[in-house]
Amino acid sequence: MDKVRRVISVVVANEAQVLARVSGLFAGRGYNIDSLTVAPIPDTDLSHMTIVTYGNRRVIEQIVKQLHKLIPTFKVIEHTEMVEKEMVLVKFPIEAPLADVRALCEAYNGGIVNAGTEMFIAMAADESARIEHFVDAIKRYHPLEVVRSGVVAMER
Amino acid sequence: MKMSGAQMVCEAIIAEGVKTVFGYPGGAIMNVYDEIYKQNAFKHILTRHEQAAVHAADGYARATGEVGVAMVTSGPGFTNAVTGLATAYMDSVPLVVISGQVPLSLIGTDGFQEVDAVGISRPCTKHNYLVRSIEDLPRILKEAFYIARSGRPGPVLVDIPKDITGEMGEFIYPDHVNLPTYKPRYKGNDRQIKKAVEAIVKAKKPLLYIGGGTVLSNAYQEVREFAELTQIPTVETLMARGVMGAKNPLLVGMLGMHGSYAANMAMSETDLIISLGARFDDRVTGKLSEFARYADIIHVDIDPANIGKLVDVDYPIVGDVKTVVNKMLEMIREKVDPDRYQVWRDILARYDELHPLSYTDSDEVIKPQWVVERVGELVGSDAIITSDVGQHQMWTAQFYPFDRPRQWINSGGLGTMGYGFPAAIGAKVGVPEKTVINFTGDGSILMNVQELVTAAEYGVPVINIILNNHFLGMVRQWQTFFYDKRYSETDLSYQPDWKKLAEACGGAGYDVTTKAEFDEALRSAMEGGKVTFINVAVDRFENVLPMVPAGGALYNMLLEHKDQ
Ligand SMILES: Cc1ncc(C[n+]2csc(CCOP(=O)(O)OP(=O)(O)O)c2C)c(N)n1
Repeated sequence: MDKVRRVISVVVANEAQVLARVSGLFAGRGYNIDSLTVAPIPDTDLSHMTIVTYGNRRVIEQIVKQLHKLIPTFKVIEHTEMVEKEMVLVKFPIEAPLADVRALCEAYNGGIVNAGTEMFIAMAADESARIEHFVDAIKRYHPLEVVRSGVVAMER
Repeated sequence: MKMSGAQMVCEAIIAEGVKTVFGYPGGAIMNVYDEIYKQNAFKHILTRHEQAAVHAADGYARATGEVGVAMVTSGPGFTNAVTGLATAYMDSVPLVVISGQVPLSLIGTDGFQEVDAVGISRPCTKHNYLVRSIEDLPRILKEAFYIARSGRPGPVLVDIPKDITGEMGEFIYPDHVNLPTYKPRYKGNDRQIKKAVEAIVKAKKPLLYIGGGTVLSNAYQEVREFAELTQIPTVETLMARGVMGAKNPLLVGMLGMHGSYAANMAMSETDLIISLGARFDDRVTGKLSEFARYADIIHVDIDPANIGKLVDVDYPIVGDVKTVVNKMLEMIREKVDPDRYQVWRDILARYDELHPLSYTDSDEVIKPQWVVERVGELVGSDAIITSDVGQHQMWTAQFYPFDRPRQWINSGGLGTMGYGFPAAIGAKVGVPEKTVINFTGDGSILMNVQELVTAAEYGVPVINIILNNHFLGMVRQWQTFFYDKRYSETDLSYQPDWKKLAEACGGAGYDVTTKAEFDEALRSAMEGGKVTFINVAVDRFENVLPMVPAGGALYNMLLEHKDQ
């Protein structure tokens, strides 16, 4: 069976252990996690997790069902029609060509977000696949550090 | 009303109607034990090991159908309980285990006897809690019992820091739980059920495939009625022994690795599997790609995650077996033609004639299968039968005439050696009017042998029949078949004096080498009213047959082995 990439959102009760339960489920059952983000949903007792995973149809089906089975799970959304975004922060030495980097960032919904005497930090926010291109493209400017946020997604 | 956390624990146990709790005290749970001392609404049985406490609560739950409760202290007390939790989890047994924890202020400091109980138990409990405030305790206790027994049952751990059991708080035990995220589905989708029924009516070779879920949902009557009305042949899993009744002509037998030839052929040739509360365990399916090649599958299970996990399902029905089968009965009554499957039944009967489940009896040495059959003849359905894990377990499953709900108790999913004896104690405590017999091996029994003392102290007269082959028999069998008889570390020639061992702990012991001695020992054991070891010297090299070699196709059974 072919492996596919899947973005899954899980709405869970915002309580102790819940992140461990979800990540433990993936670890214990041998599922892959590509990225996992989590934050509270405003004005509720719930948290939203976005998980990017890959596997064949049967594995994805099991992941969804097993996530459902966790007692604190409120809802599991297997995204089909979604807006998906990921953010990346990149630190460059101050010698890097600021204008070029800025132009590149702008093509990826970003810009320069911080600058100091030794370095400056750029940001981009886009679909994961495009973020990958971005990370590739900036390599020539010798970034000092790259930090990706993982994916957040919302069903359209 | 204001009371301490420890009192709350006791009040919840009383409110849930639990009559007996099994456990072992220690520092972190002492507040609770102090309250247990002061009350007499429920009984506490002190096992001699925490693993045994959990197995006993598990045996109690399986025999009675109620929630079992075990209590342990923090750290090593809890870690000793983990095997019990995992065993209950794999077989979906409703349990609430209460563990003491170090005080809140010490959590995370590697305090004395601290261990991350919720972390360790997460993969082997249905749910677990670390209680962080006295205000939460009544609600958590209520939820724990509810989660343990509802939906697909399972063990729930409540880990309570010592300062919380000592603290005072307001106790109002909730009437019902409010868990918006947890909604087990019992009913089953009507349209799916209707489609399934249509498929059954059309099938030529349908097969009922009955699993442990039928026991958990108390669906015996419904399942038997369904089989009888439709006259569809039926196979049982290890966990479902007793559902159809040993003498039921529709029962083809147990299927799987050590199932009967006819049952496995039935599975290999059926055109429609009607799976009720079974989970397509790999010990049942054999090689997946060869499993039930000609069959469409109806899968009824309360746990959606069980459906389609290993095999593709044509008619998935999420719901409680009892509820769904009732609905199916209603729908199928006018439509079914029991004669339709006559040819199919005849074929299966022929398979059974060809290779019946059997063994070669002997006058020189006792055959283990003979012992199982003999106990069946002498006590039959009057007994609850537990077992440990190994060859003796399979022989018991194959040869005991199970014909009653909750008569057969064993560790199917995890295969836990050491389970049988404490589970037997729990079962006897839960159902004292029944004779309780544990079939065990000379390897398994030693894994919780200390419970002789518990059984003797509390006067729990369970009878352990040790089918003694002086081997870790099941492993020895695999070594015989697949490792050129290199009997690495499976020879148990060195043995304790079983009779003396039992006697030393306050029980009774018998050494048996002939059939006549066996009958006599069993009779005395049943009259003696003490915990008993009957040590039966059986054929050392007997193998469990037939056998589907691991990973092989169900229809390729080893029917005999050249060593026999
Ligand atoms: C706790 C545990 N350890 C190891 C095993 C592996 N195992 C399965 S069957 C078996 C042999 C059991 O021997 P015995 O209890 O003497 O029973 P017999 O097979 O001889 O009937 C072993 C070691 C297990 N199932 N459980």
